[in-house]
Amino acid sequence: MDFQLPEDLILMRETVRDFVRHEVEPYAMQIEEEDKVPDSILEKTKRMGLFGLSIPEEYGGMGLSMLGECAVFEELGATINGFTTIIGAHNGIGSVGIVEFGNEQQKQRYLPRMASGEWLGAFALTEPQAGSNAAAIRTRAVKKGDRYVINGQKIYITNAPYAQVFTVMAVTDPEKGAKGITSFIVERSFPGFQVGSVEKKMGLHGSHTAQIYFEDMEVPEENVLGHEGEGYINALKILANGRAGLAARCLGSCQYLLDRSVAYAHERHQFGKPIFEQQIIQHYLADMATQIETLRWMTYRVAWMADQGQNVVKEAAMLKLYGSEVYNRVADLAVQIHGGIGYIAEYPIERFYRDARITRIYEGTSEIQKNIIASELHKAYQKQND
Amino acid sequence: MKILVLVKQTFDTEEKIRLQDGQVQEDGVRFVINPYDEYAIEEAIRIKEAGDAEVVVVSVGPSRSEEALRTALAMGADEAILADDSELFGDEYSAAKVLAAIARKDQYDLIIAGNQAVDDGSGQVAVRLAEELGIPHISTLTKLEVNGNEVIGHRDAEGDEEIVKATLPVLVTAQQGLNDPRYPSLIGIRKAGKKPLTHVTLADLGLTAEEIARKSEVVETFLPQPKTAGKILSGDLSQQVSELVTALHSVEKVIG
Repeated sequence: MDFQLPEDLILMRETVRDFVRHEVEPYAMQIEEEDKVPDSILEKTKRMGLFGLSIPEEYGGMGLSMLGECAVFEELGATINGFTTIIGAHNGIGSVGIVEFGNEQQKQRYLPRMASGEWLGAFALTEPQAGSNAAAIRTRAVKKGDRYVINGQKIYITNAPYAQVFTVMAVTDPEKGAKGITSFIVERSFPGFQVGSVEKKMGLHGSHTAQIYFEDMEVPEENVLGHEGEGYINALKILANGRAGLAARCLGSCQYLLDRSVAYAHERHQFGKPIFEQQIIQHYLADMATQIETLRWMTYRVAWMADQGQNVVKEAAMLKLYGSEVYNRVADLAVQIHGGIGYIAEYPIERFYRDARITRIYEGTSEIQKNIIASELHKAYQKQND
Repeated sequence: MKILVLVKQTFDTEEKIRLQDGQVQEDGVRFVINPYDEYAIEEAIRIKEAGDAEVVVVSVGPSRSEEALRTALAMGADEAILADDSELFGDEYSAAKVLAAIARKDQYDLIIAGNQAVDDGSGQVAVRLAEELGIPHISTLTKLEVNGNEVIGHRDAEGDEEIVKATLPVLVTAQQGLNDPRYPSLIGIRKAGKKPLTHVTLADLGLTAEEIARKSEVVETFLPQPKTAGKILSGDLSQQVSELVTALHSVEKVIG
């Protein structure tokens, strides 16, 4: 057993930590208020190579292992989550489809520009009537000659206002249900593609989510991602792949909140002594720290398993579930320890409290994760008793 | 062109200094590249990117300094030399002797260093090295231009700007504001692991312990007195003046 990260990953992690602390975190309040990450920050982020984490080296990315990606995402989680989400959604669900299922021609066309951050990626599955029940999507793709004509609507698409490349799921054969869904690579410039207005959200300011519409949008057949009819399974695999990274982002935010809470508990005096000396505060902090430590090792173990090529469907679901639930519990306790100031918008704690809430919903709700875990338990039982 | 950059690994400026038995405690401390040296590294890499140059980074210090050199390599330096043999350690005099021996092993056109290290802040090593090598130096640069053999350095001079011209080979030191050092890119970090990093010893450099023996001795190390609240004088102006004069004479003993 070796719990040590390889040396280059340690250096990468420290570099990202420095970058986040000195180049992003000082602007967190500004990003929150303006609901925009300054272009200068995004430019520096791109120059560091943070938009090509999961893209292989031969296409201009870093081709990081899942372990490496998690180490980087943990650091990116230690600041305003809107910033983290732009990068996370691009590296995760926004580009993984092309990396995993794209053919050589598609990879050549899209990945280098996605790795440099010139083209941002987005993932378009959810529709007004299809969220957790992804197989119920209605966006329709009809083949006409050497192209598909797509009509439909997608909602809550992260990065949509500025992404160039969308992984879109559409029904190619309505008779076949989940097996009649196909994934496509859609470019923003395709005629008939339209982005709706940006949603106002409870948190994740700086990151934007919008509806997108396809009106007789023509997609050349070479933009089918993977095989026709495999869109649903591709979507599930893309989402599963993103789970460890998402948990690592939660982990980074949790650690940030714990550090702030420990410091505040020592600085804040009540009843003539630091509130840290109250046993209840100590227990809150101990609970936070213990859960964070559990999350940390769960994250890196699942990442390691994925890197070994092991099947992590169940473990990744557990991790996403646990990571987002722990983040919400830690954020809640952080607000409690900070008291009044934890509720004031001039201080970062309430922002994390709001940002945390979405993690139990997006990229597969907590309830869906439990369904996946139970289904895997059931499969294992059946296998044993066959 | 071949550029040598002098690098020292120092305490992160955000770290608290703790003393125990007159020794600065290093356990649990985060080390970084001396911020002034970061400007030096960045400047060398910019010269390299603008034309054709090879950048070698060198450090005299304990083996933990390897991390600082790896970071410099990740930023874009080509090669690193680490003098981590404890027999090479001494004071500023020793460090300059050691660096001179390293510099003489190759032909460097330009040597760039930080103006000073943020730990002991002596600002001596680089200029001593220039003296050892018998080359000119221009210190505390805020701008550096290299045109062929000619080097033009800009430096602050009491609010004015002094422009100094020199010919290669020359040693220059970097002042804050020379440039905005880059963060190493992730791909740079990966490549850095494959770039050469050589360790050198006293024997490798053909030096003897006597030649580089320290010329100075640290007598005592102590932390500055914690700042106490200032005193604001009030009342009649002439009364304030006499109170101030008394204080300067007797309380603070500024005037003897």
